[in-house]
Amino acid sequence: MSDITKQSLTELVENIKNKKLSSTDVTKAFIDRSEKSEELNTYITNDFTSAIDKAKKFDQKPNLDLKLPGIPMAVKDLFCTKNIKTTAGSKILNNFIPTYESTVTENIWNEGAILLGKLNCDEFAMGSSNETSFFGNVQNPIDKNLVPGGSSGGSASAVAGQLTPITIGTDTGGSIRQPASFTGIVGLKPTYGSCSRYGIVAFASSLDQAGPMAQNVKDCALLHEVISSYDPKDSTSIDFKRNHFSKELTNNIKGKKIGIPKEYRVDGMPKEIEDLWKKGIQYIKDCGAETIDISLPNTSYALPTYYIVAPAEASSNLARYDGVKYGFRAKGENLIDMYEKTRSEGFGAEVQRRIMIGTYVLSSGYYDAYYLKAQKVRKLIKNDFDNVYKKVDAILTPSTPSSAFKIGEKTNDPVSMYLNDIFTVPVNLAGLPAISIPAGHDSNGYPLGLQIIGKAFDEQNILNIAYAMEEKINFKNKITDWWIK
Amino acid sequence: MSKKNSEYLINRRDNQYEVVIGLEVHAQVLSESKLFSTSSTKFGAEPNTQVSLVDAAFPGMLPVINEYCVKQAIKTGIGLNAKINKRSVFDRKNYFYADLPQGYQISQFKDPIVGEGKVILDMPKGQKEVGIERLHLEQDAGKSIHDLDPQNTFVDLNRSGVALMEIVSKPDLRSPDEVNAYIKKLRSIMRYLGTCDGNMQEGSLRADVNVSVRPKGSKEFGTRCEIKNVNSIKFMQMAIEYEANRQVDLIEEGKTIDQETRLFDTKKNETRSMRSKEDAHDYRYFPDPDLLPLEVSDKFIEELKNDIPELPDDKKKRFIEEFKLSPYEANILVSDIDTAKYFEEVVTKMGKNKDIKLAVNWITGELFAVLNSKGLEISQSPVSAKNFAILINLIKNGTISGKIAKTVFELMIDGDKDPQKIVEEKGLKQQSDPKALEALIDKIINDNREKAIEYKQGKEKLFGFFVGQAMKASGGKANPLLINEILKKKL
Repeated sequence: MSDITKQSLTELVENIKNKKLSSTDVTKAFIDRSEKSEELNTYITNDFTSAIDKAKKFDQKPNLDLKLPGIPMAVKDLFCTKNIKTTAGSKILNNFIPTYESTVTENIWNEGAILLGKLNCDEFAMGSSNETSFFGNVQNPIDKNLVPGGSSGGSASAVAGQLTPITIGTDTGGSIRQPASFTGIVGLKPTYGSCSRYGIVAFASSLDQAGPMAQNVKDCALLHEVISSYDPKDSTSIDFKRNHFSKELTNNIKGKKIGIPKEYRVDGMPKEIEDLWKKGIQYIKDCGAETIDISLPNTSYALPTYYIVAPAEASSNLARYDGVKYGFRAKGENLIDMYEKTRSEGFGAEVQRRIMIGTYVLSSGYYDAYYLKAQKVRKLIKNDFDNVYKKVDAILTPSTPSSAFKIGEKTNDPVSMYLNDIFTVPVNLAGLPAISIPAGHDSNGYPLGLQIIGKAFDEQNILNIAYAMEEKINFKNKITDWWIK
Repeated sequence: MSKKNSEYLINRRDNQYEVVIGLEVHAQVLSESKLFSTSSTKFGAEPNTQVSLVDAAFPGMLPVINEYCVKQAIKTGIGLNAKINKRSVFDRKNYFYADLPQGYQISQFKDPIVGEGKVILDMPKGQKEVGIERLHLEQDAGKSIHDLDPQNTFVDLNRSGVALMEIVSKPDLRSPDEVNAYIKKLRSIMRYLGTCDGNMQEGSLRADVNVSVRPKGSKEFGTRCEIKNVNSIKFMQMAIEYEANRQVDLIEEGKTIDQETRLFDTKKNETRSMRSKEDAHDYRYFPDPDLLPLEVSDKFIEELKNDIPELPDDKKKRFIEEFKLSPYEANILVSDIDTAKYFEEVVTKMGKNKDIKLAVNWITGELFAVLNSKGLEISQSPVSAKNFAILINLIKNGTISGKIAKTVFELMIDGDKDPQKIVEEKGLKQQSDPKALEALIDKIINDNREKAIEYKQGKEKLFGFFVGQAMKASGGKANPLLINEILKKKL
């Protein structure tokens, strides 16, 4: 079957359950395409040989009651995988092989999925274009030399390029939604506390969330159902009743009230984004839902707040990479010299920049002016959402202020790079769930995404809205396989 | 140095200086597992055998609070008569060191679990109250071992992540003696509560000592120096004495004292500068985003309050009232929980007709001497409280004399023998039959007629001779009171 890799997760699961396809067929098809797609540079580490063994083993005694029966998938290289190298896109972990498995990936394997390999990402998930990875740029399957977004750039590229049917990414300030938008796929950032952070290389602990990335909303719902679980090993994991998201998925959103926040109309936003948003509003209405103009007055403070809170936490989280216990170590004259050389050579420029910002904003004399103030503003941003959720069920915004840009275009301008996250960071600061769905194309034919932000723990609702809109939008990603010779 | 009015002052020329001391005591929480991981805390294991992925700070590992350690900290707070904070926050204290795997220590900075409290010290002059500023929970670091290899430093992470309580006193201490009493009191309270074993040799209790001096009568504090990580009371006292004198000398020379962190060199008996205030670390404290604020309910605290045993101060009061002990005796018995336990068990086992004073004398005399000479704790006493009680009763009811009792006690030590049996087997029972004793004495008087006459003529010293002869003839078993009585009559 040559079109295996074009199938959605839902179709693949059905075909395996109906014995029309074996796990080995499916696994081989994705491996074959992955091997032909080296130019995309999506994989940091592949595990193809053992994936085929696992698929064969599955086929010998298939357990078809599982949610992901024999489904192969690659994951972002930020998830620790037992006995498989886990780098976080960094030189400093280039030789690191965990002896343990993250809870989220454990959940996935427990439902029958098979690991294909580890996907490229920005170093320690710090970046919006996948250009900070020690393992090189990732190509966007949409067009040559186009960034796939970041930090889950390899994940987005792998799903859009059909190298994996589904994947998981992590989202600290937009790292699932922005690359999903840039590559024309669906990406969900769950409520903070929904997916365990145990075994995920930490970037900013109070913002990091793992989430699903897929070709469509239904696949996304199914994968989310698998990965979301209460985990006592993560003190910030929340014990709440989780839906059967895929089973409860409905396109009936009649009567839902969707907020349109005026503050997301930012200066200099391209007209195509404005138009996309207008179209989105129309789709909402076509689905029988109602739109309401709302205000989230503190939105403009979200980006500066984020770029204080996230680097502050990162500067501390990354202190453990010191060359003492594991990972890269440079030779030094003494302990301090070893630290300095290890961290100067082991971390890339963007990571070093954020460590310095974080160290600065936490240092005595600056703590109150930066970190403490940022925490207060964060509360205000959360309050903004709490207020509007008294009258609306969800919020519709563009996912990003632009479509994908060229590799190298923003490398030397960190602030313009940071501006990419302007619509996504408020969601992380408030701990809310949000989904990005592909909703149109720009004049170059590059995909554009819309973001639906929900109430805390209300993933089902935004999945339903996305599902209903998806039907109306009828988006088709323009993948030409340009990289396959 | 003047000991007038037992006040500790340092004299230089005509000037007198008072020493002001505050302690930050680090007490290891008595618990099976670490503060944020399930690794064992057992002392003395092979290096790096009690280390989880969390303790070694592997990527993606997260701390999970150990509820038992929280309970231990709250109980200690209750024992220190302190305010328990229903909401406390864990912060990260960031610094780099090879034995600090995370690159930060999880501690409590702004919002500790326990607030202000106090402890009472019994000083020769009377009672002294010492304020407690706060108690907070934090992780211990690992251990760097520098002396195993000329080139390399080894790191043992067994201690990494073990729960510590940092107990910060107010600057209320004024002498090395008060520091001694304070540490002993803290240790006593925590051992009563079972929250810290107080074992200083194993590092379960160590302290940073803040010392400053000021002219006697001054209300303002001098500039303080902090002496880091002193692990015995003796060293604390030596360090304070050295440091206070050093500071006084500086003032006398017209120099200023720099606020700094110092180390105590136990071999040279001096403190040395470690780092100045300017070089002080900027720890960049901030709330640990991996942990939620720690919230405890009133009910949780109430339940722990109900679980608090009688503490040394209350026990002392009770011993004085119930057993009519002197404050001095009571102090000796209550300062160590195991001594108090032993004593109370002896009291119980002695039954109705008991002589508590006698028991106290024997515990603080004979028993302590034996324990001392054998280097044992009272919990390891070779004589059980039960047999000890029997021995005291044998003295009390006249079965054996105090002198014989010492012989019996010697025999009891080997294998915790029943003193009753020893007395029977060795025939050590006191002769208290008046007729038998009269016969014995008659014989002695007969054999020593001349001396009896001399005694009657006024040579009263000879009475002792007759007592000695009678005791000798009875093999030391004659009841000395009866001997005296009969001799007086017969002579």
